[in-house]
Parts: sequence; structure tokens; C-alpha cells
Amino acid sequence: MPADFNWAIGGEAGDGIDSTGKIFAQALSRAGRHVFTSKDFASRIRGGYTAYKVRTAIDPVQSVVDRLDVLIALTQRTIDENLDELHEGSVIIYDGDRSTMADVEIPEGMIGLDIPLKALAEEAGGAIMRNVVALGAACAVADFPIENLDSALQKRFGGKGEAIVENNKKAARAGLEYVHEEYDHEYDYDLETTDNDYVLLNGDQAIGMGAIAAGCRFYAGYPITPATDVMEYLTGRIERYGGHVVQAEDELAAINLALGAARAGARSMTATSGPGIDLMAETFGLVATSETPLVIVDVMRSGPSTGMPTKQEQGDLNMMLYGGHGEIPRFVVAPTSISECFWKTVEAFNMAEKYQVPVYVAADLAMAVTEQTFAPEVFDMDKVEIDRGKVVDDDSIDEWLDEKGRFQPHALTDDGISPRAFPGTEQGAHMSTGLEHDELGRRTEDTEMRVKQVDKRDRKVETAKATEDLSPREFGNPDSDKLILSWGSNEGALVEALDFLEEDGVDVRFLSVPYMFPRPDLTEDIEAADEVIVVECNATGQFANVVEHDTLTRVKRINKYDGVRFKADELAEDIKATLDAEEDSA
Amino acid sequence: MSSDVRFTDFKSDKQPTWCPGCGDFGTMNGIMKALANSGNDPDNTFVVAGIGCSGKIGTYMHSYAIHGVHGRSLPVAAGVKLANPNLTVVAAGGDGDGYSIGAGHFIHAVRRNVDMAYTVMDNRIYGLTKGQASPTSREDFETSTTPEGPQQPPVNPLALSLAAGGTFIAQSFATDHKRHAEIVQQAIEHDGFGFVNVFSPCVTFNDVDTYDYFRDNLVDLADTDHDPTDYDAAKDKILDSSKEYEGVIYKDESSVSYEQKFGVTENMSDIPSGAPDDAMDLVREFY
Ligand SMILES: Cc1ncc(C[n+]2csc(CCOP(=O)(O)OP(=O)(O)O)c2C)c(N)n1
Ligand code: SF4
Repeated sequence: MPADFNWAIGGEAGDGIDSTGKIFAQALSRAGRHVFTSKDFASRIRGGYTAYKVRTAIDPVQSVVDRLDVLIALTQRTIDENLDELHEGSVIIYDGDRSTMADVEIPEGMIGLDIPLKALAEEAGGAIMRNVVALGAACAVADFPIENLDSALQKRFGGKGEAIVENNKKAARAGLEYVHEEYDHEYDYDLETTDNDYVLLNGDQAIGMGAIAAGCRFYAGYPITPATDVMEYLTGRIERYGGHVVQAEDELAAINLALGAARAGARSMTATSGPGIDLMAETFGLVATSETPLVIVDVMRSGPSTGMPTKQEQGDLNMMLYGGHGEIPRFVVAPTSISECFWKTVEAFNMAEKYQVPVYVAADLAMAVTEQTFAPEVFDMDKVEIDRGKVVDDDSIDEWLDEKGRFQPHALTDDGISPRAFPGTEQGAHMSTGLEHDELGRRTEDTEMRVKQVDKRDRKVETAKATEDLSPREFGNPDSDKLILSWGSNEGALVEALDFLEEDGVDVRFLSVPYMFPRPDLTEDIEAADEVIVVECNATGQFANVVEHDTLTRVKRINKYDGVRFKADELAEDIKATLDAEEDSA
Repeated sequence: MSSDVRFTDFKSDKQPTWCPGCGDFGTMNGIMKALANSGNDPDNTFVVAGIGCSGKIGTYMHSYAIHGVHGRSLPVAAGVKLANPNLTVVAAGGDGDGYSIGAGHFIHAVRRNVDMAYTVMDNRIYGLTKGQASPTSREDFETSTTPEGPQQPPVNPLALSLAAGGTFIAQSFATDHKRHAEIVQQAIEHDGFGFVNVFSPCVTFNDVDTYDYFRDNLVDLADTDHDPTDYDAAKDKILDSSKEYEGVIYKDESSVSYEQKFGVTENMSDIPSGAPDDAMDLVREFY
């Protein structure tokens, strides 16, 4: 019996796939099981295949695997799309009365359960509940106590009145009973429950939550997949803390609004995806030159241009590291998991203010739109510390006035960090500009001052390297001579791939790098290894290139750029193949 | 706010590099007077400027200020104001900055109606890039890049503003010092987006829209029976291309600023040293 259970519902956009999947995921989470969800969706609102997948186990799960145990198929295409993941004994739940399933073909060796979903739903109070009937059927197959579904249904429909909740419970039971009465297959599944309490959230929500925890009060953004959830999360919540969300007319406005708020002293953020980052590039330079603390979240998706808006990629690293004209000091932090989306956002705000720099949070679609269960303590708010850096007030400003009593917002300091005065501070009036400037912030083309200001801004990077703990997250066998490096959302799949590799007697050391700039020095780690593989979701190996540049050592690469995230079991195979290739050629 | 602030307190010690005679001198002096007269001081004033000769205004003034990128002063100014509604915020720029590259932001800033003043130094030409056509240039105005004139009708910024739901629309003339300062002061004191198109002649590149031209064609609405609260009367003035009007053309007295509407009233720079006390509730929402 497999340790984990993989379930999916698929159909056409508009079939209620998302909400049904979410209900099931929540039911499992509330039953004390770990859950990891993933979504397949097309870039359209109605029509187009979409699926919501749930992997669940008693132990933590943090990636998808190449396996599907129970599939609720609302269309034939759902079966076709998932053929690779279905296996001998997989259960397919469908409604043979539905026109899209009239000529259904259940692949060899699989169990088809034809259930009149719509008819049973109508009996329970309305056809709209047919997906809930299917959920009840899935409970029967998975041996999952249906009472656990009740609380998720309550959460989902409670706002619509008790009658609706009751009807949904009835619909679920109709599905369950139908399976029990009409089919007598033996299923291998037994979804135990535990007393553990978990929360279930996605990366975008974790970013929004991190922002509020970190004292972010101003957010401006323009909707774009897959970053919109950040804005949706903050809307209606940030106000409780005296903050505000502006839906701007475009990304140019969004980053400029956020810049203005930051200059006024607010912790301020914008979030977007690749195309939006392109539009923000000019103002990004202004943010950096004016030394304004700002958090910019890039939830990467497949590029270039409009690319594949609903598909995974880590293709914007170069853009974040090098984008914009001229040379600009900027920090790039890259959360490696959904919980790290929270913590790295908190850190991004502190870094932005401590170093007075724009900080990119490099997230990606794979973690932004997928949900995972966590013990609530993972987000222990008592551990959130806010460091606003060198802010001066009416009393402490004296030290930073020049001989004429003028405030010096770009004072040349040893650590590269100048004082900051929020508007309203007496004697603090000053100019911020994208032009090269002197210590007062006034335009200059003086060659000496130009060099001094460039050096001053660059010095912050050295200060950060000396002060911040930039170490990677470490997994696997620390003594192995095989080293895997990766960044971003691949961490979960890699951690699980290590288990598969271990079963095959392959042990590796894995470093998941959360800081892209400034970054940790990996030279020693690389020198200690015989083989190094860099794993990332892009074609050109943007991180691998950076690693080679930093360490002057050639690395091997595993690149995936088909729009789909890594799966743990597939990745284990890829790693073995890459290592074997090394042995063959040796 | 101190009551003994003089308009020269808003002057920086940087000498303007504008051409002698440029309208921008008068425009700036008027803004400084308006700020002082409405009881502001440099420490609670935020000036946001665009790019262009006009955009240099922030450099020559003394206050908290941003000299931004081309065309985007308005979103910056809105961000400043929303983050700290106690500040008096003035955005300034040129006709190219505001009505060309920044035209989108202009319309949306008008709609948004954040409480600030926006003064556009309209010289009907690109000054800083040395004399190309701007969106307010006349159809037949010959420039280096439009040898036969742009051959497109000029934009009417007042009409754009009215169409976008503007709540305060005015026009002034840089050298009518007292009048210009009065008009800008009203824009500052208006609860919402106070828009002033300022005729600010470029003496170097525009030999058509000159001081003489404006002097000859300007009608001060103060000398007429124009009622700025009368929408239809305002519309007639705005669409009348036979004259150049000076004064407050339209004022919606029921205007409610964005901040008031959305209750954005706190100074957002004040935050606790850790997560909010009830932050674990944010986590529990995900049960
Ligand atoms: C993105 C970008 N494009 C072009 C420019 C060049 N540029 C600088 S000022 C300007 C026009 C300014 O015209 P206007 O706003 O009318 O101001 P004026 O100089 O006439 O006061 C242009 C095109 C720039 N700085 N940035
Ligand atoms: S070029 Fe024209 S707009 Fe620019 S400073 Fe000279 S006169 Fe003024």
C-alpha cells in the first residue's frame, strides 16, 4: 500500500474544479493529514482543461509525484491528460450520463466507477452539487471518514446558510452510498486521520501574510497571473492594520505608487510577474539610485513575452539580477518553499530598509498557486522582528546635517548605508532623484562624487555579505561527494527525490539556495564535491551560469522548461541519469 | 506648521539652470507662494517632479521631494500622500511629461482624486530635448521632428480632465504672479486632485506661444461672471478654443478625496517592532 494518496479532479474551466479540489484538500487537512496540491490550468476562463490535484499523507508532503490513485473525470480529456500518471488499479470516477463522458474509455487495468453524479445531486437538492457527490464517492474509495468532509463543506458553504450546507452533506453521502451499494471492488486505500491541526495555504498567500506581519502598510499592483493572489490576499486584510491596497492602472504606476509610499516612510510592496517586471525596469533604477527601500515580488511564469501565463518557469533570474540600464545594486531573495515565502518576505522588508535597496522576492508559479499544510507554529509570529535600519528623528538628525544645516540622505559612510528621514522630520527636507547626486541628493556630474556614490551603493552589498546569514538550506548526506544545487520551488521535489535516491542506494548532498544576490560563496562546497548538478526550471541554466561564474567550476545541469514543475520521482531518475552519464564518460 | 514661514523658505540654494526668461521661474515662485500662503512648511511638504526642464522644479525648491522618471510623477505623488495623509503633496511637470508619456497616469490620477495639486508647465514644446513637438503643440507648429507641424490636433488637457471626472480644473499664466499663486493655492486647498495647467512659455524653442501671445489672448475668468461650480458653463469654456482662459474653470464642491472615501488617514510610517499582536489570527484563517 502506498504511503501517500494521490487524487485529482479534472474537467473544463468553469466546472467548479478549483473549489471542489479545495474542499477535498481542506477536508484532509482538517482531518490532520498533510496535503500538497497542484493545479493544471489553461489561460482561459471557460473551456480548456483544468485539474486540481491533491497529494496527501500522514508525513509531510512537499511535492507532486508521477502517480494518480483516484481521478474524478468530468471530461474524457481529463483521463487522456493524466494517462501517464494513472496506474494499474487507479480508480476513475465519472458520470456516464454526462454528454462529455458518453463514450468514455477506461484504460486497461483501471477501475471505472460510473456514478450518476448529476442525478444524485438533483435528488439531494440541486445539480450544482454533482462535484460534491463525486467527493463522497472518493471518500468511499479512499476509506476516508466522510464526517471530515462535513467541516470543509461547512467552511465553504456556511456563509450561504445551513440549508445549503445540509444539502451538500446529503449529496456527499449519496455518492458514498452509491459506491458502497453498486460496486464491491477492493480498494487499497485507508486514509487515516490524526489529531494534528494544520493550516493549508499557497505561496502567494504566504507572501501576503509575511508582508502584513512585517509591517507592510502599502501595496500597489496590477493584476497578473500568477501574482494576483498576493493582492487579493492583502485586500481587506491590510486595512485592519491601517494599510491600503491600490489597484493601479498598470505596472508603471504600481511601482511608482509603491516608491512614493516608501519615500513617505511606509513599508511598501508591489508584486507582479515577468511582463510586469519588464515594465517596472525604468523605475527600478530610480528606486535603487534614490536608495529607496522597496519590496518587489516577481512570481515567475513561463516567458518570454506573454509566454505560457499559467505555466511554471524560473526564467527571470537574469532579469532580476541584471535588468535595468546602468549598474544597479539590488538584492534578490528567493523563497524555496511555501513557508519560506512567508519568512523570506519578512526578511526582504528588513533587508530593504536596513540597506535602503530594492529587494526582489523571486517566487514562482509552482509555489504561488499550490497549497501545502503546515503546523501553525511554522508561522510563529513572535519570531518576526522588524528592523527599520538607520532612521533618524528630530533629535538624532543633527549628526547628519552638513555645515550649512542641510540633511545628507546620501552621506558617504563606511558601510555604504546613509541615514533616512521620513517626511515630517524637522530639518530633514531633501531631494531623492534618479540623477546621480551628491550627499545632499542634489544632481551632480562631478567625476569624483560619481565614483564615490557608486562605490557607496556597492558597499552595501559587502556589508550585507558580512552581516547577513546567507547560508543555503542543507539536506541529504553532508559528507556525500555528489552535490545538488537548486533555488526556488524545486526544493520540495528535491528533498523527496533524495528519499527515492536513498532507496536506490544513491546518497547526495543538497543545498537549496535562498539568496540570489548577495549570494553565499559556494566555492568550498563545490570544491569538496566530485560531481555538482544544478537543478532549475529554465532552459539556459541561469543559476548554473552564476554558480560557474562565482566558483570558476563547471557544473552539470538539469533543466526543465516544458511549463511543468519537477516531480519528485522523475527528478530522482533525472539525477541518477545525470550521475550515470558522468560515470560512463569517466 | 509654523505661521512665520515665508515663500523663500521653499527655495533651495541651488541656482536654476533654466534659460533666462523661462516661464518656469514664475511657475515655481507661484507654487512656493501658494505653499507658504496655505500654511505649509518644507518639512511637511512633498514635491514630486517629472522629467524635462519643468521637472527640475523639485531641485530648485526646498522640501521633501522626488525627481522621478519621465511621466510618472502622479503615481509617485499618490503613493506619498496615501502613505502619509498629513503631508501636502504637489506634483509638477511639463506638457510632454504629463500629457504624452504620462497621459495614462494623468487620466487615472484625475479619476482617483487623491488630495494633491498637479501643476503642469505647459510650454507647448519639449524643452529639455531641444524643441520637438509636444502633445499641446499646434497642428502646424514646425519643429525639428515635425518639419510641417505635427498635423494632429493638440490634446486639450482641461477636456481630458473634465471627461475623466476632474473635481478641480484650472489654468494660470506663469507671469501673472499673484493670480497664479492664488489659483495654485486653491488647487492645494481643494479636497481632491487640484489640477492647474500653467502657461509657462519656453523662450528658447517656442516662438508662437509666447508671453505676448498669452497676454493678448488671455481672458481672466475673475473678470467675467463665470461660475466654476456650474459644470455646463465650465464645459463651454473648456471646449472654446478661440480663447485662453485663466482662473478656476471647474470646481466640484462635493468632491471627496480618495483618502476620505477609503479611510486612508493614518501615517503609515508608524509600525510596531514586531508582527501585530493578533497576527496569529492571520494564520488561523487558513484552517
Ligand atoms: C523614458 C524617457 N524617454 C525620453 C526621455 C527624454 N526626455 C527628457 S525630457 C523630455 C520631454 C520633456 O518635455 P516637457 O514635459 O514638455 O518638458 P519641458 O522640458 O518642455 O519643460 C523627453 C522626451 C526620458 N528622459 N525618458
Ligand atoms: S529650453 Fe525652454 S523650457 Fe527649457 S529652460 Fe529654456 S526656456 Fe525654459
